[in-house]
Amino acid sequence: MYNFDFVKPSTVEEAVAALQDDEAQPLSGGQTLIPSMKQRLNAPGTLVSLLGIEALKGISVSDGVMTIGGTTTHATVAAQADAYPALAYLAGQIGDPAVRNRGTIGGSLANNDPAACYPAAALASGATIVTNTREIAADDFFQGMFTTDLEEGEIITAVKFPIPEAANYQKFEQPASRFALTAVFVAKYADGVRVAITGASEEGVFRWAEAEDALSNSFSAEALSALAVPANDMITDLHGTAEYRAHLCKVLTGRAVSAIS
Amino acid sequence: MKVQMRVNGRQVSGEVEGRTLLVTFLRDGQGLTGTHTGCDTSQCGACTVHVDGLQVKSCSMFAAEADGAEVTTIEGMANADGSLSVLQQAFQDHHGLQCGFCTPGMVMAAATLLEQTPEPTEAQVRHHLQGNICRCTGYHNIIKAVMAASGQQVTQVAAE
Ligand SMILES: Cc1cc2nc3c(=O)[nH]c(=O)nc-3n(C[C@H](O)[C@H](O)[C@H](O)COP(=O)(O)OP(=O)(O)OC[C@H]3O[C@@H](n4cnc5c(N)ncnc54)[C@H](O)[C@@H]3O)c2cc1C
Ligand code: FES
Ligand code: FES
Repeated sequence: MYNFDFVKPSTVEEAVAALQDDEAQPLSGGQTLIPSMKQRLNAPGTLVSLLGIEALKGISVSDGVMTIGGTTTHATVAAQADAYPALAYLAGQIGDPAVRNRGTIGGSLANNDPAACYPAAALASGATIVTNTREIAADDFFQGMFTTDLEEGEIITAVKFPIPEAANYQKFEQPASRFALTAVFVAKYADGVRVAITGASEEGVFRWAEAEDALSNSFSAEALSALAVPANDMITDLHGTAEYRAHLCKVLTGRAVSAIS
Repeated sequence: MKVQMRVNGRQVSGEVEGRTLLVTFLRDGQGLTGTHTGCDTSQCGACTVHVDGLQVKSCSMFAAEADGAEVTTIEGMANADGSLSVLQQAFQDHHGLQCGFCTPGMVMAAATLLEQTPEPTEAQVRHHLQGNICRCTGYHNIIKAVMAASGQQVTQVAAE
């Protein structure tokens, strides 16, 4: 790994100032960034640790919205997001206990790995990603594999999740990496159902609009019977073909719906 | 830069680079070679230690990030008189190790589980140890050891 300067500010303002430097990059849990720096896929000149900023940690609920601070760890969400059980469950299935003790929601969303868990929850919940400068709707935030709407030096400070009436996350685990081979998050709101799928598409996390329409009309696994996700844009790798992943999208959506109803 | 931390109850300090990993600081800096580097890609858990009571992979954290922290490694797990702790003894009694390379990480991971859940089910043990890979044992005896250390019957443990 190439060497770098390490700084650990205690306020968002100081972190933003430190990130003005072109060569600087934020560090949260490091569970993605450190492995990629070891492989020299990433070589920042300065790492700005966000973990010294108290204001970025913690979970609160008000008016039916759960707000999770940007550097809240997966372990904390798993243990404390009681008001949104499907989200707590999702966090508790990420990686393993050591990864969950370090990894953060902001790091996960900023990274937008095509097989990551949180992007599915954020998209299916119609969450709002809050940064140091603005608020971004999840529908605009994810822009394809490893790509988001974040600008250079912009920090995710919090994520706001409208709490659904009911929700369920079905993760078909890739057992070697423990990421999702394919996973589906279904969230049922008073004004309709949202379905987001991760792990499957070359474009990263996506909403399955046909399933949302069908489920908003009739919330049952049978409502999906005539539908199919096209295999064209699905990922093919040694763990599964595009057709296999397309099939999983439907099966897992059905399981999520059955688990709720 | 200079870092200081408490390791196994002892105050230590040292000069590190930004890129110095916690595992490197512990092994090369402090001579605590019980913590192993199995993969260096965050997959295997052989490098598991406790930082402020939380189990972490010391290959996936910089030494600078542990500045001011309380760190426990496998060297800090034995009883004060040097005899093996209940958990360590259970690994020996139930053949929970063969080459022993993964064992420090297994013990550190299992210790946090037993702290949070004193009588875990077999499924809870397996879920908790997902990030710890063993090349030798096939896991069965590791699960038995952890169950035994929690004071539970091990004859019930299913073979995988
Ligand atoms: C063995 C293993 C298994 C895993 N399994 C899963 C899994 O099952 N599901 C899953 O979803 N993930 C999994 N992960 C990934 C894990 O969840 C990471 O913690 C997460 O993807 C990144 O979060 P982090 O806090 O560690 O970010 P870091 O690694 O610190 O940073 C990742 C990227 O985001 C940027 N960044 C960090 N924080 C912010 C912020 N607040 N604002 C803007 N940019 C930021 C960094 O500059 C970097 O580019 C796994 C990782 C490992 C090592
Ligand atoms: S050496 Fe740290 S996880 Fe393998
Ligand atoms: S005992 Fe050899 S790797 Fe586990």
